Amino acid sequence: MALNVVGQRVKRYDGLAHVAGETKFVDDVIVPGMLWTKVFRSPVSKGTIKNIDTSAAEKVAGVAAVITGKDVPNNRYGWGGDQYVLNDTAVRYKGEPIAAVAAVDEDTAAEAVSLIKVDIEEETPVFDPLEAMKPDAPLVRPEGNVFMYGDRPFRAIVLGDVEAGFKEADLIVEGDYLHPWLEHAQLEPQTSLAVPDASGRLTVYTVSQALYLHLQSLCSVLQMPMNKVHYIGGTVGGGFGSKNDMHADHIAAVLALKTGRPVKWRWTREEEMLYSTAKGSWHMHFKDGVKKDGRIIARHVRSIHDSGAYVSLNAYVVDKHSFLVAGPYFIPNVYVQGYAVFTNKPPASSMRGFGITPATFAGEVQMDRIAEAVGIDPWEIRFINAFREGEHTATRRVLDSVALIEVMQTLAKTAGVQLPDRLMAMSSTQRR
Amino acid sequence: MKKRGVGIAAALYPTGMSGGGDSSQAIVKVKTDGTVDLIIGSCDIGQGAKTVLAQMAAEELGIGYDQVTVVNQDTDATPMCFGTFASRVTFVAGNAVVQAAREARSILFEVAAEDLEASPDDLVAADGKIFVRGAPDRAKTIAEVAGKANFAMRKLVVGRGHYMRNPSSPDPQTGQTDPFATLAWAAVLAEVEVDTDTGEVEILKLVTCYDVGRAINPLLAEGQIEGGTVMGIGATLMENLYPFYPTQAWQPESYHDYVIPTAADVPEIVSAIYECPSTNGPYGAKGIGEMTANVPAPAIINAIHDAIGVWITEVPVTPEKILKALEAKG
Repeated sequence: MALNVVGQRVKRYDGLAHVAGETKFVDDVIVPGMLWTKVFRSPVSKGTIKNIDTSAAEKVAGVAAVITGKDVPNNRYGWGGDQYVLNDTAVRYKGEPIAAVAAVDEDTAAEAVSLIKVDIEEETPVFDPLEAMKPDAPLVRPEGNVFMYGDRPFRAIVLGDVEAGFKEADLIVEGDYLHPWLEHAQLEPQTSLAVPDASGRLTVYTVSQALYLHLQSLCSVLQMPMNKVHYIGGTVGGGFGSKNDMHADHIAAVLALKTGRPVKWRWTREEEMLYSTAKGSWHMHFKDGVKKDGRIIARHVRSIHDSGAYVSLNAYVVDKHSFLVAGPYFIPNVYVQGYAVFTNKPPASSMRGFGITPATFAGEVQMDRIAEAVGIDPWEIRFINAFREGEHTATRRVLDSVALIEVMQTLAKTAGVQLPDRLMAMSSTQRR
Repeated sequence: MKKRGVGIAAALYPTGMSGGGDSSQAIVKVKTDGTVDLIIGSCDIGQGAKTVLAQMAAEELGIGYDQVTVVNQDTDATPMCFGTFASRVTFVAGNAVVQAAREARSILFEVAAEDLEASPDDLVAADGKIFVRGAPDRAKTIAEVAGKANFAMRKLVVGRGHYMRNPSSPDPQTGQTDPFATLAWAAVLAEVEVDTDTGEVEILKLVTCYDVGRAINPLLAEGQIEGGTVMGIGATLMENLYPFYPTQAWQPESYHDYVIPTAADVPEIVSAIYECPSTNGPYGAKGIGEMTANVPAPAIINAIHDAIGVWITEVPVTPEKILKALEAKG
């Protein structure tokens, strides 16, 4: 069927409003009587909270409310409720929110925050995930420093017999790779504006890139039904995964309900860089069994993900990595161990590419090292191993709409690279 | 000395949440003049979700893109969507939008059938009209039909759409699972120049090819590719949140010390789009939003190896790492 609109290069729906400066982002929304927020963050990376004294902060002229964990209807949120809206027990990273102030302006709120006294018994933190995995390491979380997938400390993907594959191989190629922590670097920082009304409803202007997940999460924090919380958002000033975790809405909402006034909280760029979620680092070890003809017949990958202090989306991030780290190639014997390890850093979480970014980086450098080891051209090694239609991944997912060979052929043509005829004659639909 | 090299990398990326179970809903409401409100819970994070979803609704209803208003700003009005991540919106929300638009269209067809003396099954919507298949002269405008639905037939023209892949949790022993809706494929070629005296890497050119399944809007697909490619350049050569990892020492606090690419850092980028339609996406679409940031790093690193014969196994590739690797190589 011929298509009329789909496939057309129509202009971006809201492009003109964006470039004309008409689009309203959360920080553009000003409500009369609005209060401003600053937050007291943990000065240490690990410690037990003994006492929180907000009395001096409350006396500052212009302060409308100071809240701590006891003011939050349900102070736990995130994966399995393991994160605190405002931590009142034991902090796990420097910068973790402990108390929040709503005041007539940001300077007054900051002054009040400076008067909050928190007595924390500091403990020894651990920052290196490789250290954190050791049995005698300081505990980041009471449940242990390694996320448990069932009864295993890692996500296991097992296909065929990897050891038998290594024995059958003509050569073994190993490689270690490290992918660092990355910041999303989105333009719009975390911002929230919560506006209560006389009927008991709360309207929240949000930067969320997952409105309904956050509606559910915020209703759980506030212990309110979904019809009492009214989210306004949907046009986000850059996300890249930084706005899948709730950063600001819960604290602005609790302050708004406590004061009965509109409350805005906008993070500074410094807070964004230091304390928001980020892409956690990855230590990856690849061991590949390769035949002289270039076929990879066995791959073992052991990946350790620095998840920071809380689970957040990290168990999912490691799953996504583990399912596909064997790459876009048919390998009959695969063993993957994906570890999510906790350290006393701000939580890692979702970022564009999730766990596939490090997998693509390591796996594709590894492919060139394999090509070098067996003396085969980098293009040809990929054509030899590329998935074909009807083959399956390491998780035994049978594939359709496979096109890696055609994509590489198109790349070669576009780049003006003359590939040998035998590679240009190949197709994803040909059986191996 | 300046040395040049070429490298390639290939990649796949899954569409939708790994493990499934991520739903999106859509409501298509036809006003009495035939213009349309597309009501969705999906956020636009700058990638153009509103645009491509409006294109799909317009396509199914046979109207122009400018006849569609997107309502996505308000949870009082909009239905459930898991969110804008996991390269899922074009595919998952798109499937829901197509279903909703088709249901609204079927109501319009029922209304039009009597006047056109045809079965609703024989009707087609295109160019702002509903007409009998093979007889475009036997037509009513969509505006006429939408008006008649309300004023004569007492009907509300609303379509509902819902899409969710079945959840699939991995086998605890083997990890066996069906984790994604479809896979998109990619390959990137990098040309670099390495200064062996300073360790600096200049990217001369990046050529990319992405399988998007079906480009709902090629302009926006190219935007995703170019934006992701530049983000990938930052991750390859510049960015590191913990420069003294694993410690937090000297953690950057601003864009003064966490340097990301600017327009001045962008090399020539040539983007080719390949279309291998998915079997289950709207018009065959696949999600490529995220993967475009993943592929530059290995292509650039492989090009560096081609140029100077060293393997860089840690990103970002700083001049310091290049010089140390050259020194170790001797």
